[in-house]
Amino acid sequence: MSKLNLLRKGIGAAVVGAALLSTSAVVSAEETIKVGVLHSLSGTMAISETTLKDVMLMLVEQQNAKGGLLGKKLEAVVVDPASDWPLFAEKARELIEKEKVAAVFGAWTSVSRKSVLPVFEELNSLLFYPVQYEGEESSKNVFYTGAAPNQQAIPAVDYLMSEEGGEVKRWVLAGTDYVYPRTTNKILESYLKSKGVADEDIMINYTPFGHSDWQTIVSDIKKFGSAGKKTAVVSTINGDANVPFYKELGNQGIAAEDIPVVAFSVGEEELAGLDTKPLVGHLAAWNYFQSVEAPINESFVEEWKAFIGDDKRVTNDPMEAHFIGFNMWAAAVEKAGTTDPDAVGDAIIGVTAPNLSGGYSAMMPNHHITKPVLIGEIQEDGQFEIVWETPGMVVGDAWSDYLAGSADLISDWRKPMACGNFNTKTGKCGGSGS
Amino acid sequence: MYCLRSLLIPLLCALIFTSNLSQPAQAADLETALSGLAEKSFKTRLKAVDDIAATQDERASEILDALGRGDLFVANPGKHIVMPDPAASGAYLFAATGESAGSYAKAAVKKVKINNRMRSAIRKALGTLTLGSPDRNRRLTAARSIFNTRDASALTLLSDAIARETDSTVKREMERARAAALLGSDAEESEKLAAIDVIAPMANQDALALLTQVMSNDSGAVAQRAERAIAEMQSSLALWATAQNVVYGISLGSVLLLAAIGLAITFGVMGVINMAHGEMVMIGAYVTFVVQDVIRTSMPDLFDWSLLIALPLAFGVTALIGIAMERGIIRFLYGRPLETLLATWGVSLILQQAVRSIFGPNNRLVGNPSWMSGSLELGQLTLTYNRICIIAFTLVVFAALFVAMRKTSFGLQMRAVVQNRQMSAAMGIRTKWVDALTFGLGSGIAGLAGVAISQIDNVGPNLGQSYIIDSFMVVVFGGVGNLWGTLVGAMTLGVANKFLEPYSGAVLAKILVLVFIILFIQKRPKGLFALKGRGAEA
Repeated sequence: MSKLNLLRKGIGAAVVGAALLSTSAVVSAEETIKVGVLHSLSGTMAISETTLKDVMLMLVEQQNAKGGLLGKKLEAVVVDPASDWPLFAEKARELIEKEKVAAVFGAWTSVSRKSVLPVFEELNSLLFYPVQYEGEESSKNVFYTGAAPNQQAIPAVDYLMSEEGGEVKRWVLAGTDYVYPRTTNKILESYLKSKGVADEDIMINYTPFGHSDWQTIVSDIKKFGSAGKKTAVVSTINGDANVPFYKELGNQGIAAEDIPVVAFSVGEEELAGLDTKPLVGHLAAWNYFQSVEAPINESFVEEWKAFIGDDKRVTNDPMEAHFIGFNMWAAAVEKAGTTDPDAVGDAIIGVTAPNLSGGYSAMMPNHHITKPVLIGEIQEDGQFEIVWETPGMVVGDAWSDYLAGSADLISDWRKPMACGNFNTKTGKCGGSGS
Repeated sequence: MYCLRSLLIPLLCALIFTSNLSQPAQAADLETALSGLAEKSFKTRLKAVDDIAATQDERASEILDALGRGDLFVANPGKHIVMPDPAASGAYLFAATGESAGSYAKAAVKKVKINNRMRSAIRKALGTLTLGSPDRNRRLTAARSIFNTRDASALTLLSDAIARETDSTVKREMERARAAALLGSDAEESEKLAAIDVIAPMANQDALALLTQVMSNDSGAVAQRAERAIAEMQSSLALWATAQNVVYGISLGSVLLLAAIGLAITFGVMGVINMAHGEMVMIGAYVTFVVQDVIRTSMPDLFDWSLLIALPLAFGVTALIGIAMERGIIRFLYGRPLETLLATWGVSLILQQAVRSIFGPNNRLVGNPSWMSGSLELGQLTLTYNRICIIAFTLVVFAALFVAMRKTSFGLQMRAVVQNRQMSAAMGIRTKWVDALTFGLGSGIAGLAGVAISQIDNVGPNLGQSYIIDSFMVVVFGGVGNLWGTLVGAMTLGVANKFLEPYSGAVLAKILVLVFIILFIQKRPKGLFALKGRGAEA
C-alpha cells in the first residue's frame, strides 16, 4: 500500500493513515481495531445466533494469532440485542458511536436487518450480514454474504425439476408468515410458472411463527401429493416450527422418496435437536454443508470444535458466510490500508476469499458474493450428504429477475454509478424498488 | 424415467432367463453388480441397485434391504461390499456370499450412501423380489409397493403370486396391485374396466390418485368409468375429511387443555396471574430430556420407559419450584394482581435464561419411545400414536385432578380456602400451607404437560412462551375457576381452529379464533361456565 494511495482517500482516511504511519512500528495494547458482533444471545433467536457470535470470536482470535490487521490487534465487541428488533438499532448505534467499531458482523432475521439498516446508512459504517435472505435490497453499507434467492431457492427448484431430483411436477410452497418466505415464494411462484407449471399444481401455505400443530397441513400436503404427479415441498418454514413439522411428516408416514421436502432454513444446527431417522432423504439447499470434502473445511471444523471445546458441535452455512465475510473484510482493510468505511467499501469490491468448499468467493459490485450452491440429503447422523452442486460459482443477484418491478433493476456500488437500484429501462438510479 | 425403463428391460429378461443358471455364476454376477455400489457417482450406484435386482439371486433382497437401511459398507482395502455380522459386533460378512469377512476397524469401512432415487429403485426392486417371500408381511408390503409404483412389468409375477396366495388380505392387496399395474399398462379396454371395478371400492386417497391419473391418460369408456368411480369416492372422502377435522381438533384441544389445566388451578382457582406457567411446562420437558439422557448413557434398554420415569420426576421438580415461588414471592403479593403479573413474568425470564445457561440456547433432542412412533390407519384417518397417547394422557390427568379436587380432603380444603379464607382458617385449616400446596399442584401439572409436549414440540428455552397465551385464552374462555369450563373451552377452540384452517389457512384461523374470543368475552365476561353463588364474589 503506497502512501500516495492513502492520500487520495478522504480526510478521515488520511488522518487515520497518518496515525497509522506514525505508530505502526509500536503496537500498544490500547491500539486495537474493534469489530462489532451484533447477534442475539437471549430470546427466540438465541438458538441460531449464539453460534455466530462464537464463530466471530474464533475468527478474531485466529486473526490476532496471525498478527492482527495493519499491525494492530483486533478486539471483538459483543452486544446482545436480545431478539428485540428495535433493540438491534439501538445496539448498532452503540457499537458505532460509542465503541467506534470498524465494522459490524451481525443480524439474522430480515426484520432485524431492516431495523439496523438506517443506522448504518446514517452513521456510515459497514454491516456484514451472514444469512440467506429474500433479496430485493442493496445498501451501500451492507454486505450480503448469505445467499440471495438465486443462490439457494432457484437452484433447489431446478434440481427437483431435473431427472436426478425426481422430475417434480407439483409444488407445495410452505413457509412461515413473514417477509423472507413471502418474497421467496413470490419469486418461486413466478419462476415455476415461467417453467410451465400450472396454477393448480402450486399450493402455497403460510403458518404463524412457532406453529406446532401440523396435522391438518401435513395431511393436506399428503392429499395434494396423491394426485398422480410427483410432488415436492419447498419449505421456508423458519426456526422452531420445523421440528414439529418434520415429526408430523415422519409420523404420518410421508417418506422422502414419496414427497421430498427441500428446506432453506434447516441446517446442521437445527437438526441437532431432532431425531433424524424419519427425515432421512429430505433435502436442504445451502452454499455449505459440514460434510463438504475439502481440506480447508476439515481444518475449519476441527478448529471450531477445539475452540468451543465440544466435539459434538456442528458447523453450518451462516458460519461459513461469516468466515468468508470476515476474511474479505480483513483483506479489504489490508488493501485499503485503513479501516475507514468508505475506503474499505471501495476496496472490498473484487476481493476474493477462500470459501469452505475449496473454492474462492468474490465480492461483487452489488455487495453480494459468489458461492457454489449445494443440495444435501439429510442422513441419519444429522449431517447432509451432498447429492448435487452447481457446476460453478453463482453470483448473488440483489434484484430478482422473476419479480415484476425488480427485473429491470441492477445494483452496482462502483463509482461512478454507485447505485443500489439502477433501473436499466429508464437509465436512472432509484427505480421502483422496495 | 427413461433411464429406469431401460433398466427394467434387462430386469425382465433376467426374471425369465436366469432361473436355470448355476449358482457360482450368479455369485459372480452379484459381485460385479455389487462393485457398482463402491463407486462415487449416484448414477453408477443407482444402476448397481437395478443390476443387483436383475441377478435374481436369493441374496439380492437381503442385500437391497440392508442397503435401504444403511447397513451396507465399503470395506478397504479391496473395496469389498460388506454388511455387519449380526453375531458379533465389529465383524462383517461379504454381502455377495454371506461368508465371514473378518473384522474391520471403524475407519476402514464406509457406509454406502443412497439418495432418493436409489431409495425408490430399492423399493421397486424389493416389491418384485419379495412377492414370493414366505413371510406374510413382506408379501403384503411387496403388493402395496407395486400398487404405488404401478409397475406393469410385474404383471406376470403378480398373476402367479395371486394364484399361489392363500391369505385373503394379501390376496386382496395383490389383486389391487395387479389392477393398478394393469391400468398403467396398455392392456385391453375390458381388462382396464375390470381393474377400475377392483380399485373403486378402496375409496381412499391412493385409489383417487390412481383413477385421476387414469382419467387424464385414457379416453373413452375407461375414462368415463374412472370419472364415475371418482365421483362416488368424493362424497365418502368428504365425510372422512370432516371426521378428520374433528379428530385433529380434539387432538389440538387436548394439547391446549394439557397446557392450560395447571393454569386452571393457579390462575383459575387461586386467582394468581402466573406468567411463569409456561416455564413450568418447559422445565417439565427438560426433565424428560435429562431422564432420557441418563437412560441413553447408562441403561439404553429402559428407553421405552423413559416417559413414565420422567412423569413423577417432572411433577416433583416443577411442584417444588412452584412451592418455592409461592413461599418466596407470590404470598407477599396476594390481592395485588399487577405486581403479581410483573413478578411472575420476571421469574419466567429468570427461569428461561437459567435453562439457557445450563443447557445452552439450542433445542434438545427428546426421542419418541418406539410405542409412540408411527401412525394408525383408521379408515381414511391417519392418527399418529403420539397424538393418541397425548389425548389419552390429558383425559387421565384431567380425571385425576377432578377426583383430587372433589373427593380428597386436600381438595376440600383447597376449595374451602378459595371460597372463604377466614372461615376456613377458623375451622383449623392451615390456609398458608394450602396456598403453597395448591400452587405446587398447579405447577406440577404444568410439569406433566411438559413431558407430553416434549413429544410433539421443540424442547428449548422458549418452549413455554408459545403456550402461555393459549393457556390463558383457554382458562378465560372456559370460565375462571371451573375445571369443566377449561375442558370444554380447550376442545371448542381446538375443533374450531381445525375447521377454520382448511378454509382460511393457519394464520387467519388463529386470528379469527382470537376475534371470536374477544367478542365472546364482551358478551359473557365470565366465560363459558361462570361460577355462581357466593363463592364467585370472593
